Amino acid sequence: MALNVVVCVKQIPDPADPGALDADFTLKRDVKLILDESDSYGVEMALQLVDTAGGGEVTLVSMAPNGEVSGLRTALAMGAAKGVLVSDDALAGSGALETAKTLAAAIGKAGDYDLVISGVESSDGYTGVVPQMLAAQLGHPMVSFAKSVEVSDGKIKVARQTETGSQDVEAPTPCVVSVTAGVVEPRYPSFKGIMAAKSKPVDTLALGDLGIDGGNVGWAGAGQEITAVEDAPARQAGEIVEDDGEGFQKIVAKLEELKVI
Amino acid sequence: MALSKVWVFAETDENGSLTTLSKELLTKARDLGDTVEAFYAGDGNDIAESAGAFGATAVHATGPIEGQLLGAPVGAALAAAAEGVDLLLGGTSYDARDAFAVASVKLDKPVISNTTAIDLDGDAVVTTVPVFGGEKLVKTKFTAGGPMLCLVRPKSYEASESGGGAASVSSVDVPGDAPSATVLATHVEEREGPQLDSAPIVVSGGRGLGDPAKFEEYIEALGKKLGAATGATRAIVDAGWVPYNKQVGQTGKVVKPDVYIAAGISGATQHLVGMKGSKNIIAINKDPEAPIFSVADLGIVGDVHKVLPALIEALNAKG
Repeated sequence: MALNVVVCVKQIPDPADPGALDADFTLKRDVKLILDESDSYGVEMALQLVDTAGGGEVTLVSMAPNGEVSGLRTALAMGAAKGVLVSDDALAGSGALETAKTLAAAIGKAGDYDLVISGVESSDGYTGVVPQMLAAQLGHPMVSFAKSVEVSDGKIKVARQTETGSQDVEAPTPCVVSVTAGVVEPRYPSFKGIMAAKSKPVDTLALGDLGIDGGNVGWAGAGQEITAVEDAPARQAGEIVEDDGEGFQKIVAKLEELKVI
Repeated sequence: MALSKVWVFAETDENGSLTTLSKELLTKARDLGDTVEAFYAGDGNDIAESAGAFGATAVHATGPIEGQLLGAPVGAALAAAAEGVDLLLGGTSYDARDAFAVASVKLDKPVISNTTAIDLDGDAVVTTVPVFGGEKLVKTKFTAGGPMLCLVRPKSYEASESGGGAASVSSVDVPGDAPSATVLATHVEEREGPQLDSAPIVVSGGRGLGDPAKFEEYIEALGKKLGAATGATRAIVDAGWVPYNKQVGQTGKVVKPDVYIAAGISGATQHLVGMKGSKNIIAINKDPEAPIFSVADLGIVGDVHKVLPALIEALNAKG
């Protein structure tokens, strides 16, 4: 039985580079963007589920400025079939809710699907609420914080992370599921995959194509305004010593000074 | 000027007790609002006293949500009940994130997540959210009016009792049309010994330990010797060395112990945000450039496989 999966992926500035802010205090995004590592788990999960089902395909949905597709190409190289990208200047400043509205509209353009998968939170914005908003927006059941996912007979079965352990959760498809990092081991794109990705279709849409009014998203629709960005109070520099075989004594002395031993 | 009404999304732990995070939020809510009330997905009578003791005068409760994942039905109930509420505070827990996300869509109001401080500037509510691993603090003002939805990280405020009596309990409707997921079973992981959230000393290990057996041999042994809770980085949790309930960091637990010992931990942003509030930080890592040393009060640049056994032996010798 074929299984079609939509995976929401975010393309972000490389977290290994020092981040920079634009004049409006948002993260500078007109740099080279990469696939958020948190989303590589969702892509891998989707590919495995489609493989297990014995048919179907993975469609990527993303929202990024300047028609950016380099992160999408990475996920296409892993094995996704196609992508839908929403790129529009009016989206700058969007919060979680506007992002979910936009992604929901884009998913409507992605064709029939059984499942929508996303990471639990992006590495940069890390609000951790977009997937659940997306489900509410689409009117689908949601299962968040999945540690494992199985699909069979029009249902998904998920082990969901909780504060105190886990829950076994079941929901009918179509539904939205967010997967935790580490849930599967993301594959590295093969050379063949990278070459094939170059010719896979990515449909780039503007807000007008989705019937979304620019006044309802971005800064105009965010319902919030950044007023300042400050440096966090720095910790006082500590004592850093090279271990000469007696380094442990320094720790013993410190623990004595702090009266914990 | 204080807000007129603030609600706190109250949660309970596996024993049915009000969580520390909920107590922290109720405490802060008293600063922000003239009236503080709790919203609870469960039997309101179970928390009427404890929520009252931290300043809630009323508990609005859905009654037990049985066999369903909380987020969708409770988020819809919260949105429907929150008319006239200025500010809704929840913790950055799994269920609160789910419920606030759904309420946000229903109310068409933003939710600001990962807040570590909430201040009033005249009539405006201004939140503080750390970014870049806590190096920068972003101040964001709500501009769409109430109900404002705000998710607050643990340990942003200290909980203190108000001396209030039991809160009154009223019931709220749960809309029946929410698309829902079925909970088939709930598993509680055994937690023994000092707990990460509350222990005054925490010993954590990372990938620098080299292999899973060293976590037991070094980290657990040192933890036992010091009466400390033991923690881990996301990297070794993802690698399956230790269970998720030991994870310290952005996606794990936030800890603020008196002493935090980081062994074989480089100090990725993801980890730093979960522990940099500790009073004293001792780090052992072989890379002198490791970011963990930027927050350490005492840093030992050395091999954990040499330093830790020597440290454990020295502590054993002291009795």
